[in-house]
Amino acid sequence: MKTQKIGAWLAIFFGASYFIVPLIATFEFSLRMRRGEYSFDAYRSVFSDVQFRESFSYSIVMAILTIIFGVLLVVPTAYWVRLRLPQMRPVVEFITLMPLVIPAIVIVFGYLRIYNSSSYIPFTGSARGTDALLMFSFMTLSLPYMYRSVDTAMRTIDVGTLTEAAQSLGASWPTIMFKCIFPNVMSGVLSGAFITFAIVIGEFTMPSLLNRPAFGPYLQLIGANRAYEPPALAVIAFAITWGCMVLLQLVSRFSKSAPSKP
Amino acid sequence: MSFLELAGIQKSFGPVQVVKDFDMTIEKGEFVSFLGPSGCGKTTILRMIAGFETPTAGTVIINGRNQNELKPNQRNIGMVFQAYALFPNMTVHDNVAFGLKIAGMDKSAVDARVKEMLGLIHLDHLADRYPYQMSGGQQQRVALARALAPKPQVLLLDEPLSALDAKIRVSLREEIRMIQQQLGITTVFVTHDQEEALSISDRIVVMNGGRADQIGTPFDIYNKPATRFVASFVGTLNLIEAKVVDPATNRIVIGDQEITLREPLGSIAKAGDKVSLALRPEAGSIAEGAKGDTALTGAVVSSNFLGSVIRTRMKVGDAVISFDMFNAPGLMPPAVSEIATLRFTASDLLIIRE
Repeated sequence: MKTQKIGAWLAIFFGASYFIVPLIATFEFSLRMRRGEYSFDAYRSVFSDVQFRESFSYSIVMAILTIIFGVLLVVPTAYWVRLRLPQMRPVVEFITLMPLVIPAIVIVFGYLRIYNSSSYIPFTGSARGTDALLMFSFMTLSLPYMYRSVDTAMRTIDVGTLTEAAQSLGASWPTIMFKCIFPNVMSGVLSGAFITFAIVIGEFTMPSLLNRPAFGPYLQLIGANRAYEPPALAVIAFAITWGCMVLLQLVSRFSKSAPSKP
Repeated sequence: MSFLELAGIQKSFGPVQVVKDFDMTIEKGEFVSFLGPSGCGKTTILRMIAGFETPTAGTVIINGRNQNELKPNQRNIGMVFQAYALFPNMTVHDNVAFGLKIAGMDKSAVDARVKEMLGLIHLDHLADRYPYQMSGGQQQRVALARALAPKPQVLLLDEPLSALDAKIRVSLREEIRMIQQQLGITTVFVTHDQEEALSISDRIVVMNGGRADQIGTPFDIYNKPATRFVASFVGTLNLIEAKVVDPATNRIVIGDQEITLREPLGSIAKAGDKVSLALRPEAGSIAEGAKGDTALTGAVVSSNFLGSVIRTRMKVGDAVISFDMFNAPGLMPPAVSEIATLRFTASDLLIIRE
């Protein structure tokens, strides 16, 4: 029994070390910008860089837009599939899984071919159009996570009966969606939103090939030209991701304390 | 003109026809129960009244207006569901206020109506609770208040008591009936529980295979079942096969014992035909001094002491007749194989036509 426990702790220790040691090393290296002593100069340098602020702001705006449009696409879709088209469920699930199977680079080359400036829908003909295309591509990338989060949250409520109850009380479809369904799947929406946020902040392929000033390409650029800033940026990116994970945990705990089933 | 009219209603799901040529009229303020086994079409009819299903043929008319073209949210119908269907994100107050806000009532009027409704169901002290903080019975009462708050023209109850425990079920059904009578609201209640239907309805529709086998008062449904199905579904009933001896004098034979029916046989059968008869278990007794103008003698097959009643089964010819007697101190249950005489009134023996 005791040996088993020691074995389990050893497994956890080695597993954790695999992740933590490189991270500690990265953090430690990011503090060595000043010779002979530890400092936060690398972080200071990163935060004072205009390009960092611009690219990070750009990615945050893109993340927020992706979340808004993603939610507007996914929640009604998941709702309608549960309510009226349960036979379409496998098809929709398959479609939402596609971004996990098809590499981002393939998707973006497809976009460039279909939406280039000489096509019928010339998204890439202008900066705003390319931004819109980038946002849609982010929506595609986050679809597997967003759809599953929302669908799982929807499974905890009796969508059909709640809809009929609201209808019998005179509610229209928008009222049903925004007052009866949406608040009850909020935990799923938030989970999906945080994952989407993390994906958008770290995504390199799509913005790089669409030539947009996002945080991912900036990370790559700095990594190729500087020594101490890249590890500082890596630590910042990790901190942002972990922040999202903590929020996700808080949200799921919040949803557990308010069961929605009758 | 009747308040609610179902005319020639049919409903098919693919090749399966679940409701077949259903006609019925319901008066204003009436409490009608649809009773039947699972899959008989009772809930489908209710859902067609609510607008959640579209009839394949026929019309639903409420207060003189054809409802077929109206969407569920345009019909002004209150509905209570088996699963309560309270909105989990809203408090009791907000749940009850939901329909009123949609109707465009101002806040003070909404608050007053919610207070009135919660007072009606005696839950005014729980206005700030969320559904998950309440028991099933309380949630269903809130669902009832929510359905009644916008003053619907018809109240539909879809097996609202099925998910509750026995004690709550009885008290809540009495409460539902009381509130229905107090408000005078036309109500359609769907259930598969015969006791529920018999205890609170003005009329009962016994559904079988998509059709109404019988529509009548609880008294008629129980005491004068029109079909073999109604007789067997509502209450416990002995179905006895008999042979007609003389239709002119209503004489029949069960096993080798000849008795005379009160109901005329003349137009139904001729001599030598077989007829099905029904006898309620509580209609007969083998106790000494039992009253009745008709008697059947047979051997006791089994006798079970059930507390307040003694249920005895007796073999007469090929038929096994079950009957209940109230328990009384000093009355010993009959022994198995004992020969006993069952006495009953001839008018309690009903002829089953289908």
